[in-house]
Amino acid sequence: MSLRFKSFVAAAAVAAGVTLASAGAQAQTIKVGILHSLSGTMAISETTLKDVMLMLIDEQNKKGGLLGKKLEAVVVDPASNWPLFAEKAKELLLKDKVAATFGCWTSVSRKSVLPVFEENNGILFYPVQYEGEESSKNIFYTGAAPNQQAIPAVDYLAENEKVQRWVLAGTDYVYPRTTNKILEAYLKSKGVKSEDIMINYTPFGHSDWQTIVADIKKFGSAGKKTAVVSTINGDANVPFYKELGNQGVKATDIPVVAFSVGEEELAGIDTKPLVGHLAAWNYFQSVDVPVNKTFIDQWKAYTKNPKRVTNDPMEAHVIGFNMWVKAVEKAGTTDTSAVIDALVGVTVPNLSGGYSAMMPNHHITKPVLIGEIKADGQFSIVQQTAQVVGDEWSDYLEGSKDLISDWRAPMTCGNFNVKTGKCGGASK
Amino acid sequence: MRIARLLAALLGLALASVASAPSRAADLDAAFARIATENFGEIEAAIGDLAATGDPKAAAALQALTDSRLVYAPADKGVFIKAPDGKFTDARTGAAPAAEPFGTKPVRVNNRVRRALEAALGSLTLLSPDPAKRLAAAEAVLKSRDSAAIPALDAAIAKETDARIKKTMVQARAAAVLGKADATDAEKVSAIDVVAERGDQDTLSLLANLRANGTPIVKMAAETAAGAIERRLAVLSSVQNVWYGLSLGSVLLLAAIGLAITFGVMGIINMAHGEMVMLGAYTTFVVQEILRTKYPALFDWSLAMAIPLAFLVAGGVGVLIERSVIRFLYGRPLETLLATWGVSLILQQAVRSWFGANNREVGAPAFMSGSFDFMGLAITYGRLWIVVFGALVFAALLFVLKATSFGLKMRAVTQNRRMASCMGIRTPWVDSLTFGLGSGIAGIAGVALSQIDNVSPNLGQSYIVDSFMVVVFGGVGNLWGTLVAAMTLGIANKFLEPFAGAVLGKILLLIFIILFIQKRPRGLFALKGRAVEA
Repeated sequence: MSLRFKSFVAAAAVAAGVTLASAGAQAQTIKVGILHSLSGTMAISETTLKDVMLMLIDEQNKKGGLLGKKLEAVVVDPASNWPLFAEKAKELLLKDKVAATFGCWTSVSRKSVLPVFEENNGILFYPVQYEGEESSKNIFYTGAAPNQQAIPAVDYLAENEKVQRWVLAGTDYVYPRTTNKILEAYLKSKGVKSEDIMINYTPFGHSDWQTIVADIKKFGSAGKKTAVVSTINGDANVPFYKELGNQGVKATDIPVVAFSVGEEELAGIDTKPLVGHLAAWNYFQSVDVPVNKTFIDQWKAYTKNPKRVTNDPMEAHVIGFNMWVKAVEKAGTTDTSAVIDALVGVTVPNLSGGYSAMMPNHHITKPVLIGEIKADGQFSIVQQTAQVVGDEWSDYLEGSKDLISDWRAPMTCGNFNVKTGKCGGASK
Repeated sequence: MRIARLLAALLGLALASVASAPSRAADLDAAFARIATENFGEIEAAIGDLAATGDPKAAAALQALTDSRLVYAPADKGVFIKAPDGKFTDARTGAAPAAEPFGTKPVRVNNRVRRALEAALGSLTLLSPDPAKRLAAAEAVLKSRDSAAIPALDAAIAKETDARIKKTMVQARAAAVLGKADATDAEKVSAIDVVAERGDQDTLSLLANLRANGTPIVKMAAETAAGAIERRLAVLSSVQNVWYGLSLGSVLLLAAIGLAITFGVMGIINMAHGEMVMLGAYTTFVVQEILRTKYPALFDWSLAMAIPLAFLVAGGVGVLIERSVIRFLYGRPLETLLATWGVSLILQQAVRSWFGANNREVGAPAFMSGSFDFMGLAITYGRLWIVVFGALVFAALLFVLKATSFGLKMRAVTQNRRMASCMGIRTPWVDSLTFGLGSGIAGIAGVALSQIDNVSPNLGQSYIVDSFMVVVFGGVGNLWGTLVAAMTLGIANKFLEPFAGAVLGKILLLIFIILFIQKRPRGLFALKGRAVEA
């Protein structure tokens, strides 16, 4: 009730602001949409991304804006409500006529706005690691595809920790299920037997991990080195790690590598019992390069909080935003079709000291970093790969291994089947 | 191999002669030079080298590395131990360096290095004067199953006086024998008997290899021992399920017991119940923050301090809600539901705006961390205390209801409001206090739940459905029903989970409750007589 009312007030305020602004400065600004939940379950992760976008827009304006115009952020709150995401996206595209939108966290929210962006020819930058199996002309995926996170992490464990038995534990929804399907196929292709893989799903927000941790301990005592690959979603991680710590599962015995646990999530846990457990990302706050240091200082100054941490999806937004700025400058206009074409091939520095390029499949190149949790809640980077190109259609899944995506003319197709030589049509 | 070197060094240390000193010093220097690197493989090897020197300075350096206080200067490969107060000691000489080392970096540690460290320190401390260290060392060797450790273990066993440590050492030795390539069958069979005494999962994994590829006689012994362990573990797993069920049940009980008052006794469909739990958890957080910054010594008392405060905060908010919203809606359940739902959203967003959307860290006091072994069952202290706490809260609430004048008035008002009013009871006042009591108890539950769950604005939402389920299943208006329902659901859940998985288990349970409510709409323990109609 109150929430609806609140968002109504917020919307009214934004609308009023827009009217005022447009009265004085018609077409003097370029609008940038920010579509992140500021209330509800996902606010925990998404609020930070809104803040980082505001900071980036602020910085760009200090540098003189874009094409001689100031940037203007249009912030909406989809309130962790998936249908509301589509509604708010429509509002951004049709009413505010934003030049580009940065937003979404969960896959279901992305799937909910995808038809809206395709129908109205918008641009969406999606900053979170996801399960792949999707390619859209209007969406630019700046987070990791499975081959940029999950597979290198498994490789690291197999090579460095000599892991032979695998627990794939995840929350029961599309990202963990698809990722685990890919990982299972990948592990089997590497000669791991079915009995050495245990797959376990738990509901959202699962808080009683006693049985599962006991099962993992049992599974891990079969004489072979065991590791847990965790696609457990945000909130359920805290009780999971607490239970691991309490039952005395140490990283030296059974390491856990997580794909959804970053600096932000660890801020809520006492990390001392977790030292040595791993995470795989494309960026860590502890990356020791000047460009990252500048960014962290900027972020702390902007939020006026010296304890604020940075994380991987934030870096994805930094990359995405800089790419968009560069593409707009290249195209000389904010016209979406021109910018979409200009974006492919754009290269910008990322925060881990290298460069990221936008590929024709609308995914980017980035290095994969494996980090071990330290006692202070930061990560010690134990491995960094070369640049990896995001692969949207997994090579390890039936039905998707023959597909490629290339949004450049003349192919302009998100799911071209190299076997049949045909484009599958509408993107999925 | 590493341990072999270690032990050789240990023996060497015991017989150390002056003549060997210079070469040892050279080894030490080389090992320290090797550790000053970024490469994990090199660091791991250097740890072996350091331990092999058997030098006390090496042991000090390894200890410092475990505490991540070992640093090196990349420029001149100097290795230093950094004290907590920021002072440096040269690891090679043990003296303070002439000049403050420049641009030092900590020696990096990963899981491989950590394992090497544990093994190295474990073997180095097998003869330590501290019994706790000796026990840890024996456990470390038991884990590493290194056959090269046998001579050192023999030496340690001969000297050992503590029966428990001796037993672990003997078991470690047996485990090492089983890993030895050239052990005779007789040696192996007797070793199997020794390790079988432990009877846990690790032993089973130790025997797994022998069962697969030992000589027939060893195979048979391993088979018998493993069979016995497996039977024992099967029984244990049922006991474990019951324990986990009790633990989950007491969490459900804590979450639901406040609702048993507001919904069960007063009949208010209180959707903001979960948020009272959340307020309790945030109170714990605030108390801990204050203690952390001002009185760190009192940290272990933080929960004890948080309990009354959480009761007051949540109870106070409850009274406020009752006075400002609910009292106008008595007898209108639908409107109450909507109004309290709104209140819950307001409270959530208020906490989100005040504390931020992120999880807050609530630490566990020392007595609630870790676990202990009870007949082979790992029982975590945190869970144990929550079971105890749940029982205490239940007993206290029962006492208030049955044996105090406030409880009497409360029951009188809920059973027959007009009659109670005629007897001079101020019924609106009792209503507020009852709602406050229910909310306060929810706040107390929040203190306990902050130990096992996220302290975030969404904390309450994850418990509201479960709480209603427990109260309805147990029978509205009956505290004992709530207790039995919470425990039944907890245990049933934990027995279903291993077979059906967490997701399907929960669904099955919900289906069961739906069917049960069809059959007995008033729950397990239905109120009978005139009170039902009132």
